[in-house]
Amino acid sequence: MSTPSPRSPGRTPARTRRASSTPSRAWSVFALPGTAWLAVFFAVPLYAVAAIAFGRIDPVFRNALPAWNPLRWEFATFADVLGEIVAGELRGVAVRTVLFVVVAVFCSLAIGYPVAYYLARSAGRTKTLILVLIVLPFWVSYLMRMLAWVNLLQRDGLVARFTSLFGIEHNWLDGSATAVTLGLVYGYVPFLILPLYATLERLDWRLVEAARDLGASPRQAFWRVTVPLSRPGVAAGLMLVALPMLGDYYTNDILSRSPRTEMLGNQIDFYLNAGTQPQRGAVLVLVLSFVLACLAWWYVRDNARSQEVR
Amino acid sequence: MRRSARSLAAFTWAYIAWSLVPVAIAILFSFNSGRSRSVWQGFSLRWWTGDPNASLLRDESMRTVAVNSVVLALATLVITLPLGTAMAVGLQRWRGHGSGAASTLAAAPLVTPELVLGAALLLVFTNLYAAVPLGRPAQVLGHVTLNLSLVVVTVRARLLTIGSSYEEAARDLGATRSEALRFVLVPLLRPAIVAAGVVVFATSIDDFIVSSFLGSGAGSETVPVRIYGAVRGASTPALNALATLLVMISFVGLLAGGAILFALRRRNGERVTLREFVSEVTQADA
Repeated sequence: MSTPSPRSPGRTPARTRRASSTPSRAWSVFALPGTAWLAVFFAVPLYAVAAIAFGRIDPVFRNALPAWNPLRWEFATFADVLGEIVAGELRGVAVRTVLFVVVAVFCSLAIGYPVAYYLARSAGRTKTLILVLIVLPFWVSYLMRMLAWVNLLQRDGLVARFTSLFGIEHNWLDGSATAVTLGLVYGYVPFLILPLYATLERLDWRLVEAARDLGASPRQAFWRVTVPLSRPGVAAGLMLVALPMLGDYYTNDILSRSPRTEMLGNQIDFYLNAGTQPQRGAVLVLVLSFVLACLAWWYVRDNARSQEVR
Repeated sequence: MRRSARSLAAFTWAYIAWSLVPVAIAILFSFNSGRSRSVWQGFSLRWWTGDPNASLLRDESMRTVAVNSVVLALATLVITLPLGTAMAVGLQRWRGHGSGAASTLAAAPLVTPELVLGAALLLVFTNLYAAVPLGRPAQVLGHVTLNLSLVVVTVRARLLTIGSSYEEAARDLGATRSEALRFVLVPLLRPAIVAAGVVVFATSIDDFIVSSFLGSGAGSETVPVRIYGAVRGASTPALNALATLLVMISFVGLLAGGAILFALRRRNGERVTLREFVSEVTQADA
């Protein structure tokens, strides 16, 4: 998964200069192939997105003419698309994306925190069992997990039949915001639980006991001690679910496939894979990357600050 | 306090049920004897092996798709592990001009969402690297890029805990540099490499976005891409069987990795617990 690593590296000092007395330069040879790979297949492609977003469109064939030289960049399409996001066709999509993700992230936290907390506080065999069961979804393909919900939610599916017992006849799989949000939560919750569990597991529980000894009620101790101490884990977990949710389009496609629930990712998929307007797709990728970079920056800063407090 | 602990336990078990039961039902329905994926009509192996045309075993297109997924994951594994391990060792010890930038480059894909990576690769393959055809070649390149950083991070974490004293001891005892590397460092790194390999295999086999963006037509279709395309259509339970097979393959990868890890530890006379293994693999995953 392309996700930030919430764990801080191990404890041993790494920078022992003597490292087998080989000159440092020689080690760069080992790093070279991988670095070259990432330069060619990661850095250049990201630049290509910008070159296409700020390039031109061939007037006859409608294919993209990338502007590799930044001095030749044109910003007309970029401004166009931004305008549409602020007050135009794409505004609904943008608002919906933010709304779905915020609700889904909040639900994920509401579900994930108690689970991570219980896991961190349990012990022995029970703990191993719960840990295995919580890790299990990681090994079940995401698409399989979505397929499972399609089977349950389709017209003659178990959930639909169950709700119709109460007279609720709802077409869950056609533009239902609830189904899409549920899909996002279902898909990504495990990514929030694990880092949160890791933080809660290492938490200094003596501080919570001290708070209790000093007269705090269990509730006060939880909100005033446990929650603030678990903040790095919460931040990491939120990042881990918010990043992929913002760029998700297939959950939406599978559970809804309706313009009424379309998100930013669906637009990118449409422009790039339908192959009609790669330039607009590239602009949207830039917009998405910018939003995600802001989030990542917030996370890094927040993390640094909570390290300081310690 | 007791009561809140009990409700917490109930909540956790409810969550676990919620997260697993739908998948269990989907697996169950691959054994349905009728055409429905949501109404149970009795147990049969029709969609696995029985049906002469539409079962997983007999439908050639389904077999192709499954083979595509496995080939892609194995190719990714074979390229990513050596490339990533070497990069981790290099980055850990190389100080000087360019090392900081290389480290940043190695970490950046971890915070890049897959959609951005997939879109960027699609655009670069169609506009600049015209020599690389969309389809399996592009998919392999994409999957390696997707997974490389993960190997680097996992192996570097292990390098940090190992330190350099073992290698120095070997050098003091007369080993050459490359001998110290081959006979001391690499064996010490093996558990981390195996754990990373397990996660790379699983990530690659489950991947949808990159496979889909860089695929072209039926020849390079993978299982997740097929599920995505067919799940809302009038598919038979054979699709559930295909999805179940995918889950089984990813568990085979996990078990194989686990077996190797156990064997390695056993040889060193260490004991491994299940929880240790789980946390080793999930750490590489997170």
